Amino acid sequence: MQLQSSLALIAPEIVLSLAGLALLLIAAWSRNAGRLVTILAAVALGGASVLVAPALCSGAMGPDTLAFEGQFAADAFASFAKILIFVSAIACLMVAPRFFDRDGAIRAEYPVLMLFAALGMAIMVSATDFMTLYIGLELNSLAAYVLASFMRSDDRSAEAGLKYFVLGALASGILLYGISLVYGFTGTTSFEGARAAMSGELSMGMLFGLIFVLAGLAFKIAAVPFHMWTPDVYEGAPTPVTTFFATAPKVAAVALTARVALDAFGMQMDAWRQIVIFAALASIVVGALGAIGQSNLKRLLAYSSINNVGFILIGLAAGTAAGVSAMLVYLAIYVAMSLGSFVAVLMLRNAQGEQVEGLADIAGLSSTRPLLALCLAVMMFSLAGIPPLFGFWGKFVVFWAAVEADLVALAAIGIAASVIGAFYYIKVVKVMYFDEPAGVVTGRSDWAHWLILGVTTAAMSPLGYLLTRVLGDLADRAAEALLFVA
Amino acid sequence: MIGIEHYIVVSAVLFVLGVLGIFLNRKNVIVILMAIELILLAVNINLVAFSAFLGDMTGQVFAMFVLTVAAGEAAIGLAILVIYFRGRGTIAVDDVNRMKG
Repeated sequence: MQLQSSLALIAPEIVLSLAGLALLLIAAWSRNAGRLVTILAAVALGGASVLVAPALCSGAMGPDTLAFEGQFAADAFASFAKILIFVSAIACLMVAPRFFDRDGAIRAEYPVLMLFAALGMAIMVSATDFMTLYIGLELNSLAAYVLASFMRSDDRSAEAGLKYFVLGALASGILLYGISLVYGFTGTTSFEGARAAMSGELSMGMLFGLIFVLAGLAFKIAAVPFHMWTPDVYEGAPTPVTTFFATAPKVAAVALTARVALDAFGMQMDAWRQIVIFAALASIVVGALGAIGQSNLKRLLAYSSINNVGFILIGLAAGTAAGVSAMLVYLAIYVAMSLGSFVAVLMLRNAQGEQVEGLADIAGLSSTRPLLALCLAVMMFSLAGIPPLFGFWGKFVVFWAAVEADLVALAAIGIAASVIGAFYYIKVVKVMYFDEPAGVVTGRSDWAHWLILGVTTAAMSPLGYLLTRVLGDLADRAAEALLFVA
Repeated sequence: MIGIEHYIVVSAVLFVLGVLGIFLNRKNVIVILMAIELILLAVNINLVAFSAFLGDMTGQVFAMFVLTVAAGEAAIGLAILVIYFRGRGTIAVDDVNRMKG
Protein backbone atom coordinates (compact mmCIF):
# COMPACT_ATOMS: atom_id res chain seq x y z
CA MET A 1 0.00 0.00 0.00
CA GLN A 2 2.78 2.36 0.97
CA LEU A 3 4.77 1.30 -2.07
CA GLN A 4 1.83 2.08 -4.34
CA SER A 5 1.38 5.59 -3.01
CA SER A 6 5.13 6.16 -3.27
CA LEU A 7 5.18 5.00 -6.86
CA ALA A 8 2.24 7.27 -7.66
CA LEU A 9 4.16 10.23 -6.25
CA ILE A 10 7.20 9.58 -8.43
CA ALA A 11 5.16 9.08 -11.63
CA PRO A 12 6.92 11.92 -13.52
CA GLU A 13 10.33 10.44 -12.72
CA ILE A 14 9.15 6.97 -13.79
CA VAL A 15 7.95 8.41 -17.11
CA LEU A 16 11.30 10.09 -17.69
CA SER A 17 13.44 7.07 -16.80
CA LEU A 18 11.37 4.63 -18.87
CA ALA A 19 11.37 7.05 -21.80
CA GLY A 20 15.13 7.46 -21.45
CA LEU A 21 15.76 3.72 -21.48
CA ALA A 22 13.37 3.08 -24.39
CA LEU A 23 14.87 5.90 -26.46
CA LEU A 24 18.35 4.57 -25.72
CA LEU A 25 17.28 1.27 -27.30
CA ILE A 26 15.82 3.03 -30.34
CA ALA A 27 19.04 5.00 -30.68
CA ALA A 28 21.12 1.84 -30.45
CA TRP A 29 19.16 -0.08 -33.06
CA SER A 30 18.36 2.42 -35.78
CA ARG A 31 20.74 4.80 -37.46
CA ASN A 32 19.76 8.39 -38.14
CA ALA A 33 16.99 8.29 -35.56
CA GLY A 34 18.25 11.54 -34.03
CA ARG A 35 15.30 13.68 -35.04
CA LEU A 36 12.69 11.08 -34.06
CA VAL A 37 14.33 10.52 -30.66
CA THR A 38 14.52 14.28 -30.09
CA ILE A 39 10.79 14.66 -30.73
CA LEU A 40 9.91 11.68 -28.52
CA ALA A 41 12.15 13.01 -25.71
CA ALA A 42 10.39 16.38 -25.89
CA VAL A 43 7.02 14.59 -25.71
CA ALA A 44 8.18 12.61 -22.65
CA LEU A 45 9.30 15.82 -20.93
CA GLY A 46 5.98 17.43 -21.79
CA GLY A 47 4.14 14.45 -20.32
CA ALA A 48 6.20 14.65 -17.15
CA SER A 49 5.38 18.37 -16.82
CA VAL A 50 1.67 17.58 -17.11
CA LEU A 51 2.01 14.96 -14.36
CA VAL A 52 3.83 17.44 -12.15
CA ALA A 53 1.40 20.34 -12.62
CA PRO A 54 -1.43 19.19 -10.26
CA ALA A 55 0.88 19.14 -7.22
CA LEU A 56 1.87 22.73 -7.94
CA CYS A 57 -1.66 24.01 -8.60
CA SER A 58 -3.08 22.39 -5.47
CA GLY A 59 -0.12 23.56 -3.37
CA ALA A 60 0.67 20.02 -2.16
CA MET A 61 2.66 19.89 1.07
CA GLY A 62 3.16 17.90 4.24
CA PRO A 63 3.41 14.16 4.95
CA ASP A 64 1.14 13.19 2.04
CA THR A 65 3.80 14.26 -0.44
CA LEU A 66 6.57 12.13 1.08
CA ALA A 67 7.51 8.98 -0.81
CA PHE A 68 9.69 6.03 0.28
CA GLU A 69 9.59 6.83 3.99
CA GLY A 70 10.74 10.41 3.71
CA GLN A 71 13.41 9.99 1.04
CA PHE A 72 11.58 12.02 -1.57
CA ALA A 73 9.06 14.87 -1.47
CA ALA A 74 6.74 15.59 -4.40
CA ASP A 75 5.50 18.89 -2.95
CA ALA A 76 4.57 22.18 -4.60
CA PHE A 77 8.09 23.55 -4.22
CA ALA A 78 9.65 20.63 -6.08
CA SER A 79 6.90 20.83 -8.71
CA PHE A 80 7.57 24.52 -9.37
CA ALA A 81 11.25 23.78 -9.98
CA LYS A 82 10.48 20.66 -12.03
CA ILE A 83 8.20 22.55 -14.42
CA LEU A 84 10.93 25.14 -15.02
CA ILE A 85 13.48 22.34 -15.56
CA PHE A 86 11.31 20.37 -17.98
CA VAL A 87 10.27 23.43 -19.98
CA SER A 88 13.87 24.59 -20.41
CA ALA A 89 14.93 21.06 -21.39
CA ILE A 90 12.20 21.00 -24.05
CA ALA A 91 13.39 24.36 -25.39
CA CYS A 92 16.98 23.08 -25.56
CA LEU A 93 15.77 20.02 -27.48
CA MET A 94 13.85 22.20 -29.95
CA VAL A 95 16.86 24.30 -30.92
CA ALA A 96 19.32 21.40 -31.10
CA PRO A 97 18.64 19.73 -34.51
CA ARG A 98 19.37 22.88 -36.48
CA PHE A 99 22.63 23.42 -34.58
CA PHE A 100 23.95 19.90 -35.06
CA ASP A 101 22.86 19.77 -38.73
CA ARG A 102 26.01 21.68 -39.59
CA ASP A 103 28.22 18.63 -39.09
CA GLY A 104 25.89 15.81 -40.00
CA ALA A 105 22.52 15.11 -38.44
CA ILE A 106 21.83 15.31 -34.70
CA ARG A 107 22.95 12.19 -32.87
CA ALA A 108 20.37 10.40 -30.76
CA GLU A 109 22.59 10.47 -27.67
CA TYR A 110 21.86 14.18 -27.20
CA PRO A 111 18.14 13.88 -26.34
CA VAL A 112 18.76 10.73 -24.29
CA LEU A 113 21.42 12.43 -22.17
CA MET A 114 19.12 15.41 -21.85
CA LEU A 115 16.37 13.16 -20.49
CA PHE A 116 18.67 11.56 -17.93
CA ALA A 117 19.98 14.96 -16.87
CA ALA A 118 16.40 16.19 -16.42
CA LEU A 119 15.58 13.06 -14.42
CA GLY A 120 18.59 13.68 -12.16
CA MET A 121 17.48 17.26 -11.61
CA ALA A 122 13.92 16.18 -10.81
CA ILE A 123 15.32 13.85 -8.14
CA MET A 124 17.55 16.64 -6.83
CA VAL A 125 14.76 19.12 -6.25
CA SER A 126 12.60 16.48 -4.57
CA ALA A 127 15.35 15.11 -2.33
CA THR A 128 14.62 15.16 1.39
CA ASP A 129 17.52 12.89 2.28
CA PHE A 130 21.22 13.37 1.61
CA MET A 131 21.37 10.02 -0.17
CA THR A 132 18.62 10.96 -2.63
CA LEU A 133 20.31 14.33 -3.05
CA TYR A 134 23.62 12.70 -3.98
CA ILE A 135 22.11 10.24 -6.46
CA GLY A 136 20.10 12.98 -8.22
CA LEU A 137 23.05 15.34 -8.32
CA GLU A 138 25.38 12.72 -9.81
CA LEU A 139 22.82 11.54 -12.37
CA ASN A 140 22.54 15.12 -13.53
CA SER A 141 26.28 15.82 -13.41
CA LEU A 142 27.42 12.67 -15.21
CA ALA A 143 25.02 13.39 -18.08
CA ALA A 144 26.11 17.04 -18.11
CA TYR A 145 29.85 16.22 -18.38
CA VAL A 146 29.16 14.19 -21.51
CA LEU A 147 26.88 16.87 -22.96
CA ALA A 148 29.57 19.54 -22.48
CA SER A 149 32.07 17.53 -24.54
CA PHE A 150 29.44 16.48 -27.07
CA MET A 151 31.17 17.98 -30.14
CA ARG A 152 33.94 15.41 -30.18
CA SER A 153 35.74 16.98 -33.12
CA ASP A 154 35.87 20.44 -31.53
CA ASP A 155 38.88 21.20 -29.28
CA ARG A 156 37.01 23.75 -27.23
CA SER A 157 34.14 21.38 -26.48
CA ALA A 158 36.50 18.63 -25.26
CA GLU A 159 38.34 21.15 -23.10
CA ALA A 160 35.05 22.43 -21.66
CA GLY A 161 34.03 18.86 -20.84
CA LEU A 162 37.35 18.17 -19.15
CA LYS A 163 37.25 21.33 -17.05
CA TYR A 164 33.62 20.77 -16.11
CA PHE A 165 34.37 17.18 -15.16
CA VAL A 166 37.37 17.96 -12.95
CA LEU A 167 35.75 20.86 -11.10
CA GLY A 168 32.35 19.15 -10.92
CA ALA A 169 33.90 16.02 -9.45
CA LEU A 170 35.81 18.12 -6.94
CA ALA A 171 32.55 19.86 -5.98
CA SER A 172 30.81 16.51 -5.52
CA GLY A 173 33.72 15.37 -3.36
CA ILE A 174 33.50 18.45 -1.15
CA LEU A 175 29.73 18.08 -0.89
CA LEU A 176 30.05 14.40 0.02
CA TYR A 177 32.69 15.09 2.65
CA GLY A 178 30.29 17.60 4.19
CA ILE A 179 27.48 15.07 4.06
CA SER A 180 29.65 12.45 5.78
CA LEU A 181 30.41 14.91 8.59
CA VAL A 182 26.74 15.86 8.95
CA TYR A 183 25.87 12.17 9.07
CA GLY A 184 28.52 11.45 11.67
CA PHE A 185 27.57 14.28 13.99
CA THR A 186 23.79 14.08 13.64
CA GLY A 187 23.50 10.30 13.19
CA THR A 188 21.09 10.52 10.26
CA THR A 189 21.04 11.37 6.56
CA SER A 190 17.46 12.63 6.41
CA PHE A 191 16.85 16.38 6.29
CA GLU A 192 14.21 16.07 9.00
CA GLY A 193 16.58 14.19 11.31
CA ALA A 194 19.43 16.59 10.67
CA ARG A 195 17.10 19.48 11.44
CA ALA A 196 16.09 17.97 14.76
CA ALA A 197 19.68 17.11 15.70
CA MET A 198 20.88 20.61 14.88
CA SER A 199 18.24 22.42 16.93
CA GLY A 200 20.60 22.98 19.86
CA GLU A 201 24.17 24.22 19.97
CA LEU A 202 26.08 23.68 16.72
CA SER A 203 29.08 21.41 17.31
CA MET A 204 32.38 21.88 15.46
CA GLY A 205 31.80 18.82 13.28
CA MET A 206 28.31 19.97 12.29
CA LEU A 207 29.62 23.43 11.43
CA PHE A 208 32.32 21.97 9.18
CA GLY A 209 29.75 19.68 7.57
CA LEU A 210 27.42 22.61 6.93
CA ILE A 211 30.22 24.69 5.36
CA PHE A 212 31.40 21.85 3.12
CA VAL A 213 27.86 21.06 1.96
CA LEU A 214 27.19 24.71 1.11
CA ALA A 215 30.56 25.03 -0.65
CA GLY A 216 29.79 21.98 -2.79
CA LEU A 217 26.37 23.39 -3.68
CA ALA A 218 27.87 26.82 -4.44
CA PHE A 219 30.03 25.11 -7.09
CA LYS A 220 26.93 23.67 -8.71
CA ILE A 221 25.08 27.00 -8.85
CA ALA A 222 28.29 28.78 -9.94
CA ALA A 223 28.30 31.27 -7.07
CA VAL A 224 31.48 33.22 -6.31
CA PRO A 225 34.08 32.08 -5.05
CA PHE A 226 33.36 28.79 -6.84
CA HIS A 227 32.48 30.23 -10.24
CA MET A 228 35.75 29.93 -12.19
CA TRP A 229 34.60 27.01 -14.33
CA THR A 230 31.53 28.82 -15.65
CA PRO A 231 32.93 31.11 -18.39
CA ASP A 232 35.15 28.40 -19.89
CA VAL A 233 32.47 25.73 -19.86
CA TYR A 234 29.79 28.06 -21.24
CA GLU A 235 32.09 29.20 -24.03
CA GLY A 236 33.37 25.77 -24.99
CA ALA A 237 30.20 23.69 -24.79
CA PRO A 238 27.96 23.53 -27.89
CA THR A 239 25.49 26.44 -27.69
CA PRO A 240 22.30 24.36 -27.15
CA VAL A 241 24.10 22.65 -24.26
CA THR A 242 25.18 26.02 -22.88
CA THR A 243 21.55 27.13 -23.06
CA PHE A 244 20.68 24.06 -21.05
CA PHE A 245 23.45 24.65 -18.46
CA ALA A 246 22.37 28.23 -17.94
CA THR A 247 18.76 27.28 -17.24
CA ALA A 248 17.76 23.84 -15.95
CA PRO A 249 20.74 22.79 -13.74
CA LYS A 250 20.79 26.29 -12.28
CA VAL A 251 17.13 25.98 -11.24
CA ALA A 252 17.73 22.50 -9.82
CA ALA A 253 20.83 23.48 -7.85
CA VAL A 254 19.25 26.66 -6.46
CA ALA A 255 16.09 24.78 -5.42
CA LEU A 256 18.23 22.09 -3.82
CA THR A 257 20.30 24.68 -1.97
CA ALA A 258 17.13 26.32 -0.68
CA ARG A 259 15.77 23.02 0.58
CA VAL A 260 19.02 22.03 2.26
CA ALA A 261 19.49 25.46 3.84
CA LEU A 262 15.91 25.93 5.06
CA ASP A 263 15.00 22.33 5.84
CA ALA A 264 18.12 20.40 6.90
CA PHE A 265 19.96 23.43 8.29
CA GLY A 266 16.80 25.40 9.04
CA MET A 267 17.47 25.66 12.77
CA GLN A 268 20.91 27.18 12.22
CA MET A 269 19.94 30.07 9.99
CA ASP A 270 22.57 32.41 11.46
CA ALA A 271 25.32 29.94 10.61
CA TRP A 272 24.58 29.72 6.87
CA ARG A 273 23.09 33.14 6.33
CA GLN A 274 26.44 34.95 6.43
CA ILE A 275 27.87 32.47 3.90
CA VAL A 276 24.91 33.00 1.56
CA ILE A 277 25.07 36.79 1.93
CA PHE A 278 28.79 36.78 1.13
CA ALA A 279 28.28 34.52 -1.89
CA ALA A 280 25.38 36.69 -3.10
CA LEU A 281 27.29 39.98 -2.93
CA ALA A 282 30.50 38.52 -4.33
CA SER A 283 28.58 36.91 -7.23
CA ILE A 284 26.83 40.15 -8.12
CA VAL A 285 30.07 42.15 -8.10
CA VAL A 286 32.32 39.56 -9.79
CA GLY A 287 29.64 38.76 -12.38
CA ALA A 288 29.24 42.44 -13.24
CA LEU A 289 32.96 43.28 -13.33
CA GLY A 290 34.02 40.09 -15.11
CA ALA A 291 31.64 40.65 -18.00
CA ILE A 292 33.20 44.00 -18.85
CA GLY A 293 35.77 43.49 -21.58
CA GLN A 294 34.48 40.11 -22.75
CA SER A 295 34.35 39.88 -26.52
CA ASN A 296 32.56 36.53 -26.75
CA LEU A 297 28.79 36.63 -26.29
CA LYS A 298 28.58 33.20 -24.62
CA ARG A 299 31.30 34.21 -22.16
CA LEU A 300 29.51 37.47 -21.50
CA LEU A 301 26.27 35.61 -20.78
CA ALA A 302 28.20 33.25 -18.47
CA TYR A 303 29.22 36.21 -16.32
CA SER A 304 25.66 37.45 -16.55
CA SER A 305 24.46 34.13 -15.11
CA ILE A 306 26.96 34.42 -12.23
CA ASN A 307 25.61 37.92 -11.62
CA ASN A 308 22.01 36.64 -11.61
CA VAL A 309 22.80 33.85 -9.14
CA GLY A 310 23.78 36.60 -6.72
CA PHE A 311 20.32 38.16 -6.93
CA ILE A 312 18.69 34.77 -6.52
CA LEU A 313 20.75 34.11 -3.38
CA ILE A 314 19.56 37.42 -1.88
CA GLY A 315 16.07 35.90 -1.83
CA LEU A 316 17.44 32.84 -0.05
CA ALA A 317 19.40 34.96 2.44
CA ALA A 318 16.12 36.54 3.58
CA GLY A 319 15.18 33.06 4.77
CA THR A 320 11.46 33.87 4.97
CA ALA A 321 8.50 32.54 2.96
CA ALA A 322 8.46 35.87 1.10
CA GLY A 323 12.16 35.46 0.36
CA VAL A 324 11.75 31.96 -1.05
CA SER A 325 8.77 33.07 -3.10
CA ALA A 326 10.76 36.02 -4.47
CA MET A 327 13.64 33.67 -5.27
CA LEU A 328 11.31 31.40 -7.26
CA VAL A 329 9.79 34.32 -9.16
CA TYR A 330 13.29 35.53 -10.02
CA LEU A 331 14.28 32.01 -11.10
CA ALA A 332 11.32 31.77 -13.48
CA ILE A 333 12.10 35.17 -14.99
CA TYR A 334 15.81 34.33 -15.17
CA VAL A 335 15.08 31.10 -17.05
CA ALA A 336 12.99 32.97 -19.62
CA MET A 337 15.67 35.67 -20.05
CA SER A 338 18.47 33.10 -20.41
CA LEU A 339 16.53 31.01 -22.89
CA GLY A 340 15.76 34.12 -24.92
CA SER A 341 19.30 35.47 -24.98
CA PHE A 342 20.99 32.14 -25.74
CA VAL A 343 18.48 31.33 -28.49
CA ALA A 344 19.19 34.77 -29.96
CA VAL A 345 22.92 33.91 -29.90
CA LEU A 346 22.09 30.58 -31.58
CA MET A 347 20.35 32.48 -34.39
CA LEU A 348 23.51 34.41 -35.26
CA ARG A 349 24.87 32.65 -38.35
CA ASN A 350 27.09 33.84 -41.15
CA ALA A 351 26.49 33.28 -44.87
CA GLN A 352 27.99 29.76 -44.69
CA GLY A 353 25.55 28.86 -41.92
CA GLU A 354 28.26 28.73 -39.24
CA GLN A 355 27.61 30.03 -35.74
CA VAL A 356 29.15 33.38 -34.87
CA GLU A 357 29.43 34.43 -31.25
CA GLY A 358 31.77 37.43 -31.15
CA LEU A 359 30.54 40.77 -29.86
CA ALA A 360 32.10 42.49 -32.89
CA ASP A 361 30.14 40.26 -35.27
CA ILE A 362 26.79 41.67 -34.16
CA ALA A 363 27.78 45.28 -34.87
CA GLY A 364 24.97 47.06 -36.67
CA LEU A 365 22.67 44.07 -36.35
CA SER A 366 19.70 46.45 -36.20
CA SER A 367 20.06 47.36 -39.87
CA THR A 368 20.58 43.80 -41.19
CA ARG A 369 18.30 41.77 -38.87
CA PRO A 370 16.06 44.37 -37.14
CA LEU A 371 13.67 41.92 -35.48
CA LEU A 372 16.44 39.77 -34.02
CA ALA A 373 18.26 42.89 -32.80
CA LEU A 374 15.07 44.12 -31.15
CA CYS A 375 14.50 40.82 -29.34
CA LEU A 376 18.10 40.68 -28.13
CA ALA A 377 17.87 44.30 -26.99
CA VAL A 378 14.72 43.50 -24.98
CA MET A 379 16.57 40.59 -23.34
CA MET A 380 19.58 42.77 -22.50
CA PHE A 381 17.46 45.59 -21.01
CA SER A 382 15.46 43.00 -19.10
CA LEU A 383 18.63 41.36 -17.71
CA ALA A 384 19.83 44.79 -16.67
CA GLY A 385 16.55 45.24 -14.78
CA ILE A 386 15.37 48.39 -16.51
CA PRO A 387 11.82 49.16 -15.34
CA PRO A 388 9.28 48.78 -18.11
CA LEU A 389 10.60 45.29 -18.81
CA PHE A 390 9.76 42.23 -16.76
CA GLY A 391 13.34 41.58 -15.57
CA PHE A 392 12.83 44.54 -13.26
CA TRP A 393 10.02 42.76 -11.43
CA GLY A 394 12.29 39.86 -10.44
CA LYS A 395 14.88 42.20 -8.95
CA PHE A 396 12.14 44.24 -7.26
CA VAL A 397 10.55 41.29 -5.41
CA VAL A 398 13.94 39.94 -4.34
CA PHE A 399 15.07 43.27 -2.92
CA TRP A 400 11.67 43.82 -1.31
CA ALA A 401 11.95 40.47 0.49
CA ALA A 402 15.47 41.38 1.65
CA VAL A 403 14.31 44.74 3.01
CA GLU A 404 11.40 43.10 4.84
CA ALA A 405 13.84 40.63 6.43
CA ASP A 406 15.89 43.59 7.77
CA LEU A 407 18.70 43.10 5.29
CA VAL A 408 18.62 46.70 4.10
CA ALA A 409 22.40 46.96 3.66
CA LEU A 410 22.45 43.83 1.51
CA ALA A 411 19.67 45.18 -0.70
CA ALA A 412 21.39 48.56 -1.03
CA ILE A 413 24.72 47.04 -2.09
CA GLY A 414 22.91 44.71 -4.46
CA ILE A 415 21.08 47.57 -6.16
CA ALA A 416 24.31 49.57 -6.47
CA ALA A 417 26.12 46.60 -8.02
CA SER A 418 23.29 45.95 -10.47
CA VAL A 419 24.03 49.39 -11.92
CA ILE A 420 27.56 48.20 -12.77
CA GLY A 421 25.98 45.21 -14.48
CA ALA A 422 23.79 47.47 -16.60
CA PHE A 423 26.96 48.83 -18.25
CA TYR A 424 27.80 45.73 -20.26
CA TYR A 425 24.21 44.83 -21.10
CA ILE A 426 23.72 48.28 -22.57
CA LYS A 427 27.06 47.97 -24.35
CA VAL A 428 25.66 45.02 -26.31
CA VAL A 429 22.66 47.15 -27.31
CA LYS A 430 24.95 50.00 -28.31
CA VAL A 431 27.04 47.69 -30.51
CA MET A 432 23.90 46.39 -32.23
CA TYR A 433 22.26 49.76 -32.81
CA PHE A 434 24.99 52.38 -33.20
CA ASP A 435 28.07 50.66 -34.62
CA GLU A 436 28.94 50.33 -38.32
CA PRO A 437 27.23 47.17 -39.67
CA ALA A 438 29.72 44.28 -39.78
CA GLY A 439 27.45 42.39 -42.18
CA VAL A 440 28.50 39.02 -40.76
CA VAL A 441 25.13 37.76 -39.59
CA THR A 442 23.23 36.89 -42.73
CA GLY A 443 22.13 33.27 -42.20
CA ARG A 444 18.51 32.28 -41.77
CA SER A 445 16.82 30.78 -38.70
CA ASP A 446 14.04 28.23 -38.43
CA TRP A 447 10.63 28.45 -36.78
CA ALA A 448 11.61 26.75 -33.50
CA HIS A 449 14.11 29.52 -32.71
CA TRP A 450 11.63 32.25 -33.61
CA LEU A 451 8.93 30.58 -31.51
CA ILE A 452 11.09 30.42 -28.36
CA LEU A 453 12.52 33.88 -28.91
CA GLY A 454 9.07 35.32 -29.60
CA VAL A 455 7.49 33.79 -26.50
CA THR A 456 10.32 34.82 -24.18
CA THR A 457 10.48 38.32 -25.62
CA ALA A 458 6.73 38.74 -25.17
CA ALA A 459 7.02 37.50 -21.59
CA MET A 460 9.87 39.90 -20.83
CA SER A 461 8.14 42.87 -22.47
CA PRO A 462 5.79 44.97 -20.31
CA LEU A 463 3.10 42.40 -21.22
CA GLY A 464 4.85 40.15 -18.69
CA TYR A 465 3.30 42.12 -15.85
CA LEU A 466 0.02 40.38 -16.63
CA LEU A 467 1.71 37.26 -15.26
CA THR A 468 2.78 38.72 -11.92
CA ARG A 469 -0.39 37.59 -10.15
CA VAL A 470 -0.28 33.97 -11.36
CA LEU A 471 3.47 33.65 -10.95
CA GLY A 472 3.35 35.19 -7.48
CA ASP A 473 0.52 32.87 -6.38
CA LEU A 474 2.30 29.74 -7.56
CA ALA A 475 5.60 30.85 -6.00
CA ASP A 476 3.85 31.61 -2.69
CA ARG A 477 2.35 28.13 -2.63
CA ALA A 478 5.70 26.56 -3.42
CA ALA A 479 7.44 28.58 -0.70
CA GLU A 480 4.76 27.61 1.81
CA ALA A 481 5.28 23.94 0.96
CA LEU A 482 9.04 24.28 1.47
CA LEU A 483 8.64 25.93 4.87
CA PHE A 484 5.87 23.56 5.99
CA VAL A 485 8.08 21.82 8.55
CA ALA A 486 9.15 25.09 10.13
CA MET B 1 42.90 1.52 21.20
CA ILE B 2 41.90 3.03 17.88
CA GLY B 3 38.86 5.27 18.28
CA ILE B 4 36.62 7.30 15.98
CA GLU B 5 39.00 10.28 16.19
CA HIS B 6 41.75 8.33 14.43
CA TYR B 7 39.47 7.51 11.55
CA ILE B 8 38.36 11.12 11.22
CA VAL B 9 41.96 12.33 11.20
CA VAL B 10 43.00 9.79 8.53
CA SER B 11 40.06 10.69 6.36
CA ALA B 12 40.71 14.44 6.80
CA VAL B 13 44.34 13.92 5.78
CA LEU B 14 43.30 11.93 2.69
CA PHE B 15 40.73 14.58 1.78
CA VAL B 16 43.27 17.40 2.03
CA LEU B 17 45.78 15.37 -0.02
CA GLY B 18 43.14 14.86 -2.69
CA VAL B 19 42.24 18.56 -2.87
CA LEU B 20 45.90 19.59 -2.94
CA GLY B 21 46.51 16.96 -5.61
CA ILE B 22 44.01 18.74 -7.85
CA PHE B 23 45.28 22.26 -7.26
CA LEU B 24 49.04 21.81 -6.94
CA ASN B 25 49.45 19.20 -9.65
CA ARG B 26 51.12 20.62 -12.78
CA LYS B 27 51.85 17.37 -14.55
CA ASN B 28 48.95 15.57 -16.13
CA VAL B 29 45.24 15.06 -15.90
CA ILE B 30 45.44 11.39 -14.90
CA VAL B 31 46.88 12.51 -11.56
CA ILE B 32 43.80 14.72 -11.11
CA LEU B 33 41.54 11.69 -11.65
CA MET B 34 43.52 9.83 -8.98
CA ALA B 35 43.16 12.78 -6.60
CA ILE B 36 39.38 12.74 -7.13
CA GLU B 37 39.31 9.04 -6.23
CA LEU B 38 41.31 9.87 -3.11
CA ILE B 39 38.66 12.40 -2.04
CA LEU B 40 35.88 9.87 -2.51
CA LEU B 41 37.82 7.25 -0.52
CA ALA B 42 38.26 9.74 2.31
CA VAL B 43 34.48 10.19 2.32
CA ASN B 44 33.98 6.44 2.41
CA ILE B 45 36.30 6.00 5.38
CA ASN B 46 34.32 8.69 7.18
CA LEU B 47 30.97 7.10 6.35
CA VAL B 48 31.96 3.57 7.35
CA ALA B 49 33.70 4.71 10.54
CA PHE B 50 30.71 6.80 11.61
CA SER B 51 28.40 3.94 10.70
CA ALA B 52 30.30 1.54 12.94
CA PHE B 53 30.58 4.12 15.70
CA LEU B 54 26.88 4.98 15.67
CA GLY B 55 25.74 1.38 15.15
CA ASP B 56 23.65 2.57 12.21
CA MET B 57 23.62 0.89 8.80
CA THR B 58 22.80 4.02 6.76
CA GLY B 59 26.44 5.05 6.47
CA GLN B 60 27.47 1.74 4.96
CA VAL B 61 24.63 1.83 2.45
CA PHE B 62 25.71 5.34 1.53
CA ALA B 63 29.30 4.12 1.08
CA MET B 64 28.05 1.52 -1.40
CA PHE B 65 26.29 4.26 -3.40
CA VAL B 66 29.44 6.37 -3.36
CA LEU B 67 31.55 3.44 -4.62
CA THR B 68 29.13 2.80 -7.49
CA VAL B 69 28.90 6.41 -8.56
CA ALA B 70 32.70 6.81 -8.26
CA ALA B 71 33.14 3.99 -10.76
CA GLY B 72 30.78 5.68 -13.21
CA GLU B 73 32.49 9.01 -12.66
CA ALA B 74 35.94 7.55 -13.37
CA ALA B 75 34.65 5.92 -16.57
CA ILE B 76 33.21 9.20 -17.84
CA GLY B 77 36.32 11.13 -16.82
CA LEU B 78 38.59 8.77 -18.74
CA ALA B 79 36.29 8.86 -21.78
CA ILE B 80 36.41 12.66 -21.87
CA LEU B 81 40.17 12.51 -21.42
CA VAL B 82 40.47 10.19 -24.43
CA ILE B 83 38.56 12.53 -26.77
CA TYR B 84 40.56 15.43 -25.41
CA PHE B 85 43.83 13.60 -26.13
CA ARG B 86 42.68 12.72 -29.65
CA GLY B 87 42.14 16.36 -30.45
CA ARG B 88 45.17 17.87 -28.78
CA GLY B 89 47.76 15.10 -28.51
CA THR B 90 48.63 16.00 -24.91
CA ILE B 91 47.13 15.67 -21.44
CA ALA B 92 49.48 18.04 -19.62
CA VAL B 93 47.56 20.29 -17.22
CA ASP B 94 49.34 23.45 -18.42
CA ASP B 95 48.10 22.88 -21.97
CA VAL B 96 44.42 22.97 -20.99
CA ASN B 97 44.21 26.65 -21.86
CA ARG B 98 42.44 27.06 -25.18
CA MET B 99 39.97 29.39 -23.45
CA LYS B 100 41.09 32.20 -21.16
CA GLY B 101 39.72 35.47 -19.89
